[in-house]
Amino acid sequence: MNELLQQLTEAVGVSGAEHEVRALIRDLIADHVDEWHVDTMGNLFALKKGTGESDLRVMVDAHMDEIGMLVTQIDRDGSLNFLNIGGINDRTLPGKVVQIGAKKIRGVIGLKAIHLSRTSERRSVPRADSLRIDIGASKKESVRKVNVGDRVAFVSEYREMGDIAMGKAFDDRAGCAVLVELLRGEPFPFDLHAVFSVQEEVGLRGAEVAAYAVKPDVALVLECTPALDIPYDEDVSTNLSLGQGPGVYVMDAYTFHDPRLVAHILKTGEKEGLPVQIRQPGGGGTNAGAIQRATGPTPTVTIGLPGRYAHTPNMMISLQDYANMVKLADASLRGLTRDVIQTD
Amino acid sequence: MDLFKILKQLSETPSPSGFEGTISQTIQDLWAPYTDEIITDRLGSVIAVKKGNGPEPRPRILLAAHMDEIGLMVNQIVEKHGNGFLRITNLGGIDVRQLYAQRVLVHATGPQAPDSPLPGIISAVPSSWLPDSRQSNAYEMNDFFVDTGLSYENLQQQVTIGDYVTFDQELQSLMGSVAAGKSIDNRASVTAVTATLHELQNRLHHWDVVAVATVQEETRLLGAYTTAFSQKPDAALAIDVTFANAPGTSGGPLPLFDLGTCVPLGLGVNVHPGILNALQEAAKELELKTELDLHGRASGTDAYGIQVARAGVPTGLVGLPIRYMHTVVETIDTRDIGRAGRLMAQFITNLDETFLDKLADSMLADTA
Repeated sequence: MNELLQQLTEAVGVSGAEHEVRALIRDLIADHVDEWHVDTMGNLFALKKGTGESDLRVMVDAHMDEIGMLVTQIDRDGSLNFLNIGGINDRTLPGKVVQIGAKKIRGVIGLKAIHLSRTSERRSVPRADSLRIDIGASKKESVRKVNVGDRVAFVSEYREMGDIAMGKAFDDRAGCAVLVELLRGEPFPFDLHAVFSVQEEVGLRGAEVAAYAVKPDVALVLECTPALDIPYDEDVSTNLSLGQGPGVYVMDAYTFHDPRLVAHILKTGEKEGLPVQIRQPGGGGTNAGAIQRATGPTPTVTIGLPGRYAHTPNMMISLQDYANMVKLADASLRGLTRDVIQTD
Repeated sequence: MDLFKILKQLSETPSPSGFEGTISQTIQDLWAPYTDEIITDRLGSVIAVKKGNGPEPRPRILLAAHMDEIGLMVNQIVEKHGNGFLRITNLGGIDVRQLYAQRVLVHATGPQAPDSPLPGIISAVPSSWLPDSRQSNAYEMNDFFVDTGLSYENLQQQVTIGDYVTFDQELQSLMGSVAAGKSIDNRASVTAVTATLHELQNRLHHWDVVAVATVQEETRLLGAYTTAFSQKPDAALAIDVTFANAPGTSGGPLPLFDLGTCVPLGLGVNVHPGILNALQEAAKELELKTELDLHGRASGTDAYGIQVARAGVPTGLVGLPIRYMHTVVETIDTRDIGRAGRLMAQFITNLDETFLDKLADSMLADTA
């Protein structure tokens, strides 16, 4: 069992309330870094001093936050109204177990019995504003146990089955786990500025101020990227495939990932005998979109771990892909020199 | 008796309609200490008899709770990029709106099936891939697949078409005595019958009690028809879940019930008015609040099948209010289970040699 992935994915950190994840990561890295601090938005910065061989300022980012919900109102019957935080499809909500606030009060998102529903209701997507979280309490009890403004996360136990791991929030605790492993390794030739960022799911907001603060020469984003190698009759983009190695981004809705860095990562993969996929260009986006423009032009690239069923309580990754992503990120950083990003 | 603990064990036992072997064993173990004989019939229903204290031949009261749950079945193994996926169909009235992103267990029986069920995730293609005309439509059963993460080759070795799939859901303890999980329908009623049998240990009752856990209610009420025929009961109670008030339920024609407040008793064509009356009398003796659970035509319970067995069986219907029926977060107040259990025990204790005559007479009265 990969305890790091288990701890990180089972921890709760919905955008804007990343406290538990931040404290956990701080504990995981504190003995392996030279300095750490937290900024006003909640980004956790860690400095791992290099060997002194290189004066590059390198930032590596992984976001701590996960999608979830926000309690907006307590109804007369004690049930809770909520808003979605981040890109949750309403189709995901019915029939799920959730945890509310710092006390992790258990609740469920129910659905009016199928027997009581009209045909038209049964055939439509129930909208979030018609659903409620039920903690099994009267209004009086609910008011005592839950606060308006509490964040709500899905409940999902981490589980492994052969090469497969299932659970919530691999997006982007898998990236956080890779970054923790990098910090626990040998020093790099340069100072490594690790950023565990907040609020990616609501518009790449944490990384934007973090990049401004770090002012890196070059940045690497570690993500968990939708793998869409699933059954469908049409020949559509698979984005990434599970088990085929980590993916390097070329282009998404926000960013042309730096072609020199893309080439460097592909070359590193080849040299190290590591499988690397090119993430199919298209929509989507990562913190690279914020980092590359936050402090003047910053060559930035993203490596993504293929993950099926992003933004649901039950994602799936390959542990082999994860292991290869740690190796690829590590080797790519160790081979990173000023020459790689030299403009001719 | 720790009702939450019993409900948790029953709720988490995987046994959909047609595959009741696992839950049957659990129930036999649960009921054996409280009954004199216990068998399973040829279709799998559990039949447990607790003998009465009256002179032979003793009349027989049947307590019927179905033990099957709604579930899924593998109907195709498909390949994409070398990966294997399972297409599924429903066993019973699955609400497709709550299938997306659920965790399941595939009870694999292929030549190289693993010892324990395969964990999987139900998913579907992103809704953005669906045509515009379907954007506000719920996914349909054909859209879903189960992903175990296995390659097509491995999946074919492990899984067979027709393997059943159950929801991987732990019973959750919510506030107070409220619990939520899968298959509260109808494992809560099995729990209530257990409570009744437990309560009867300390009581004298004239009639023989035949407790049955029926099979295939969710599909065809099969176990109700067949056990009511084979056991020749003189009267019967069906125990099943009914609808509690929940977000979104207001405005319907039927009165629903608040969790933790009452025992709903069936009134309608499947229920003998004399049995209803006797249940209400028993409730009064216990100072338990009851409400009427109305049905116009079929009650949608085992009472429908039992009522017409052989020459007809006077049947009553005891309800347990739950929210979100046929989802994996069915929600119940466990106190209601204990109340229903005690009510049935009181009703049974009250059954005497004259009860059947009184029932017959009640059908000749001018008013019910």
